[in-house]
Amino acid sequence: MEFFHKATHFPFMRTRKVWYGLSAVLIVVSLALVFFRGLNLGVDFTGGVVVETNFPQAPNIETLRTALASAGVAGAQVQAFGSSRDILVRLPPDPNAKGDQIGARVLEIFSKVDPGVKLQRTEVVGPQVGQELFVKGGWALFATLVLILIYVLFRFTPKLALGAIFAVLHDPICVVGFFAATQMTFDLTAISAVLAVIGYSLNDTVIVFDRIRERARSARKLSIAQVIDESINQTLSRTLMTKLVTLLVVVALLIFGGETLRGFSAALVIGILAGTYSSIYISAALSLDLGLRVDDLLERKATKPEEVDGLP
Amino acid sequence: MISYPRWKIALVAIVLLAGIFLALPNLFGEENALQLAADRAAVTESDRKAVEQILKDKGVTPSGVFLEQGRLTLRFSSKQDQLKARDVIAEARPGQFTIALSQASRVPAWMRNLGLNPVKLGLDLRGGVYLVYQVDVQGAVKQLLDRREQDFRSSLRNARVAYQDVVVDYDSKRVRVLFRDADSFAKGKAAILADNRNLNLTETTVAGAPALELQLTPQEIKERQDYAVSQNIVILRNRLNSPELAVSEPQVAREGVDRIAIQLPGLQNSAEVKKILGKTATLEFRMVDETNNPLEAAATGRVPLGSKLFYSREKQPVLLKREVVVTGDQLTDATFQPNTQDGAAVSVGLDSRGAAKMLKNTQENLGHLMAVVFIDRSREKNAQGVEVDRTTEEVINRATIRGVFSNNFQITGVNPIEGRELALLLRAGGLAAPLTPVEERAIGPSLGQDNIDKGIKAMVFGMLAAFIFMAIYYKVFGLIADIALAANVVLLTALLSVFGAALTLPGIAAVVLTVGMAVDANILIYERIREELRNGVTPRAAIAAGFERALSAITDSNITALIAGVVLWSFGAGAIRGFAVVLVLGIFTSVFTSVMGSHALVQIIYGGRRKLDRLSI
Repeated sequence: MEFFHKATHFPFMRTRKVWYGLSAVLIVVSLALVFFRGLNLGVDFTGGVVVETNFPQAPNIETLRTALASAGVAGAQVQAFGSSRDILVRLPPDPNAKGDQIGARVLEIFSKVDPGVKLQRTEVVGPQVGQELFVKGGWALFATLVLILIYVLFRFTPKLALGAIFAVLHDPICVVGFFAATQMTFDLTAISAVLAVIGYSLNDTVIVFDRIRERARSARKLSIAQVIDESINQTLSRTLMTKLVTLLVVVALLIFGGETLRGFSAALVIGILAGTYSSIYISAALSLDLGLRVDDLLERKATKPEEVDGLP
Repeated sequence: MISYPRWKIALVAIVLLAGIFLALPNLFGEENALQLAADRAAVTESDRKAVEQILKDKGVTPSGVFLEQGRLTLRFSSKQDQLKARDVIAEARPGQFTIALSQASRVPAWMRNLGLNPVKLGLDLRGGVYLVYQVDVQGAVKQLLDRREQDFRSSLRNARVAYQDVVVDYDSKRVRVLFRDADSFAKGKAAILADNRNLNLTETTVAGAPALELQLTPQEIKERQDYAVSQNIVILRNRLNSPELAVSEPQVAREGVDRIAIQLPGLQNSAEVKKILGKTATLEFRMVDETNNPLEAAATGRVPLGSKLFYSREKQPVLLKREVVVTGDQLTDATFQPNTQDGAAVSVGLDSRGAAKMLKNTQENLGHLMAVVFIDRSREKNAQGVEVDRTTEEVINRATIRGVFSNNFQITGVNPIEGRELALLLRAGGLAAPLTPVEERAIGPSLGQDNIDKGIKAMVFGMLAAFIFMAIYYKVFGLIADIALAANVVLLTALLSVFGAALTLPGIAAVVLTVGMAVDANILIYERIREELRNGVTPRAAIAAGFERALSAITDSNITALIAGVVLWSFGAGAIRGFAVVLVLGIFTSVFTSVMGSHALVQIIYGGRRKLDRLSI
């Protein structure tokens, strides 16, 4: 079986202005959402209390809310977590309250509504710790980006590197924008998903760039735009196949992994989609507009002739 | 010609066999178990024999017994046996062991002896409590400054030197002794230096009058803070091993500069633990009342005037004098010394106040018994819901005063195990930097099991989808990729088992992601082979070119993922670190299996054929 038996000839470079526009919209919307709507930060970052309970039958969330409020537990968010029988209560950080007591308290109040309720999980994060984790998470993102940029600069000619850098920034921005749009909880697992996306998003870009370099050396008569178009078309089946299979496993994670991994797997799905899009439509095109020429790609031949000669 | 060197095929085979062997312990599953720990000491081989005999007498047969890291684990094939055994042991040896109900792997003894163990499960999969305590390191530094102030005042008082004041400045971390004139300054300095030889004092002038200044250096502050944290870790470890808490395999580790992270697998109620962990402990040295009979006092309840009734660790009554010689906050150090002239001993250091009192006391009581009382204070709610302080006092040591001493002395006549514990307890009592819980995560066992089920389900379905897709899309080569993927999971399991890295739910997600990435590499290779075939290259050359030319893309993409993984590893705490560990290990195993592993398989399948016209790809 083969989906791409015939070689494709999509004119990616000619239509690139359209894709730039789409990317610009994606990025602007994502950033606007993050800045104006904000992320729904998890208890890992804000500090506070999360209590997860399990009911034998689906309770009425409104009843639970009133029960908490009338018992004097203020500022509680009550929501279903995964199934309608799993109820998550989120409370703001309270310097006077002790975590284990809050868990027991919530359970006590809920057991008046339904005596069969069970306490599944309590998480108490001090506001100080939350802030630190947030700052550390930010640094981790920054450090990963910088290290990968250094690697890309070292690995490719400057103009290609800039295209790759754009792809590296493009994908996590889309993921974070997705979190702001859906108001899914952005917590430590979400951050690790964003980091994984950064690490993974360069995959296809690298494959396309490798091919561009290779084609530029063998097909000297073509213009650079033709070389890029050909390279993207030739690697299209790989790009799509690898992403398709990775998506298969990540979607399995999204469906079966439960509520705890929901945000994580959703972030990966978005990241993989954005990564595939940016590596096909954006990164090489950007390099072209940055003035990439066939000659730029031949420089390495002069310094390292054995690399080309050594190929079978 | 497909020319894949023999040694590479051999290497793949060896690595894979080793991987299968190391991953083997994960196949045995778990059983109900009891974990026995002795109070503040290791369980010995003779304890093990004794326990086995007790169980044999009562007709309970454990399905496995092993001693590991000072803890005795007994496995039982049924829940009833487990509970019965617990009661039997507790009855036969009351108070000797902490008995925790837990789960233990069914791995046979010979495998365990080789150091082979199954993958450890993180708290989110196992259920349990994760606590992070903040140590009040600022408080510890304040304490040090306060003690210096007290020392200086007492030195000056004892030397009868007039002084204006001793001022502590917590912000700039210094103590200043203010004098009126140069004469008292000189005398005062001499007195203070006589008591505190190794202090670095500087001379200064405050408001025109001479003053003596002690400024803590950043180095001293850091040392003090480190001391406070490591001290607290020791105390916490001790308390977690106490019979009051039945916890199996508690883990206590320093986190960052001033935090301590505690993992308590299987524990449900964190309130009880926090109550015990939050206790502050102190010590007192008191003289023993040798004229009255403690047994009589305990039996009648009439305690002689001037004495107080205590109990030893072995629950024996002891009468001690009411007057306290030295308290724990005057203790500066306690170390165990296994080889002194008088055998094993504990060497104790006191500050100048304590030293002066100890000197006077030993002069008066040479040849008499002195006792060390360990006091644990805790705050808890009583039946009316009011918070009350509960104090537990225990006599941990009695020894004869053999000479006159002050700031440095030795407690002799202890056996080596006792001595080590005593030093520990003394040091533990000497410090009371308060702990505050700043982070707490408790996961119920049913949620843990639920997480395992979901993680495994996601993994199975994800891998199945990838397997089927590969087999259909790339036929024989797809099957080769599937074998490589399976090998990848085996190798990853082996590495996790060997490193003892805990598998968390995000870790399982990383396994799934790794499978996706391993597939990636295979697809890159196969698409390249197909492309070469389309260009009219012979099958053998296409295979060689496919593996060779795809390599640079595979390397590049995995290096960027590796960078992200390593950053995540260094940043991550708890469950996130579990993700990073698996991601990083998975990158290595997936590159190995999908590049070397599948190349070796291709060689085995196609390499031997004399004529190769078609590839099933």
